[in-house]
Amino acid sequence: MHLETFAHGHSPLHRLDPRAKLAAALAFSLLLALARAWPLLWAGLGVGLLTVGVARLPLVELAKRLLAVNLFIAMLWLLLPWQVVDSPGWLGLGLAYHPHGLDMALAITLKSNALVLVLMALVATSPINQVFHALAHWRAPVKLLHLFFFFYRYLHVLHREYHRLDWGLKARGFSPGSNWRTYRTYAHVSGMLLVRSYDRAERVYQAMLCRGFSGTYWVLDHFAWQRRDTWFLAVWSLLLLGLFALGRTLA
Amino acid sequence: MHISEGVLGGPVLAAGAALTLAGLAVGLKKMDFDRLPQVAIMSAAFFVASLVNVPIGPVKEHLILNGLLGLLLGWATFPALFVALALQGVLFQFGGLTTLGVNTFNMALPGVLCYLLLGRLARNGGRRLPLLAGFLCGFLSVGGSALLVALSLATAGEEFLVVARLVVVAHIPVMVIEGVVTASMVGFLRRVRPAMLGMVQQS
Repeated sequence: MHLETFAHGHSPLHRLDPRAKLAAALAFSLLLALARAWPLLWAGLGVGLLTVGVARLPLVELAKRLLAVNLFIAMLWLLLPWQVVDSPGWLGLGLAYHPHGLDMALAITLKSNALVLVLMALVATSPINQVFHALAHWRAPVKLLHLFFFFYRYLHVLHREYHRLDWGLKARGFSPGSNWRTYRTYAHVSGMLLVRSYDRAERVYQAMLCRGFSGTYWVLDHFAWQRRDTWFLAVWSLLLLGLFALGRTLA
Repeated sequence: MHISEGVLGGPVLAAGAALTLAGLAVGLKKMDFDRLPQVAIMSAAFFVASLVNVPIGPVKEHLILNGLLGLLLGWATFPALFVALALQGVLFQFGGLTTLGVNTFNMALPGVLCYLLLGRLARNGGRRLPLLAGFLCGFLSVGGSALLVALSLATAGEEFLVVARLVVVAHIPVMVIEGVVTASMVGFLRRVRPAMLGMVQQS
């Protein structure tokens, strides 16, 4: 399971301070999530495409992520135009067709895609540990930081563990179906995964205590805020102000 | 059960964020440092377990297990799910930054309620009652989450009423399966590692 697909690159965005990028992504998300005006939504998508372009993300992987997001949205295109009415409408199902729902689906499509693009270009371009580090700088609760760190550290380990259990099932000729036996088997496999995780957590904690763990979240390499980070934030703020003004004047 | 970005309006997003912050505050306060690795690693384990696709008739559904997570972690369910969903957003772009609050709350609240209402029954009870508690826990937590998701969607406008109803109806079979699997897991954990359920281990 390789997760940090976009983190290794050489674009200008990859080199920026994660704090700057995270702040920029948060501001953009808030602005766009609350946006209503059409020009703002289209412009937001434009900004998303632009940032992804600047980040020079691998296209195949990018397309895969976008496909996953838009498969869900495609469902909304099918469902939103239908409204529940009291009288037996279309096919007697009590549904009526309202084209207005399509507008809503389009708005959601634009927003979702814009936000996902910016998230990929600005947040996923930092190694995940640096994102935690940025949160540490912002005085996020230290317990929460530890949770993030451990979660990510052991996710891969547990995924391997799960695959081992799964191979075990396959080696014994298990083929899933809709029956009690299948559900019980899956329950026991998941239960075993939890038991092993629990035991592992115990060992990890003891090892940490042996190494003098006292609750501090240590970071080894430190950020150095550079002039380019300030420039990036300045340009980004102007961009967002422009979008905001656009939404105001045309709403 | 994610609500994607761009669907909900400002007030609902803000309410979700505020409720999740409150849940996080309680969860983190109640969780001592010595439980940290446990909560995080269990959260990761649940994340992995939710990759298991279980056949239900012709379709496959992935397990959710937020009820059992609640039963095992109590109030720490809030931080555990928050971390999982936040990383899912950052790594896979499933659900985003603005919906993190609503999504966490919708998943975590039913889990915590299971812990408060059914925890004792799952720990004590005789041979059968814990299984019943497990079933109810899986059944109700998935149902509760589906209901919360539907309610959140319904606030987004009349257009969403059909989707909101579908969310609930589509989860009815999942509720039953989750109930069965959770009951079976409670039985398994009681036999294999009772301490995980907060029981005193008899040696």
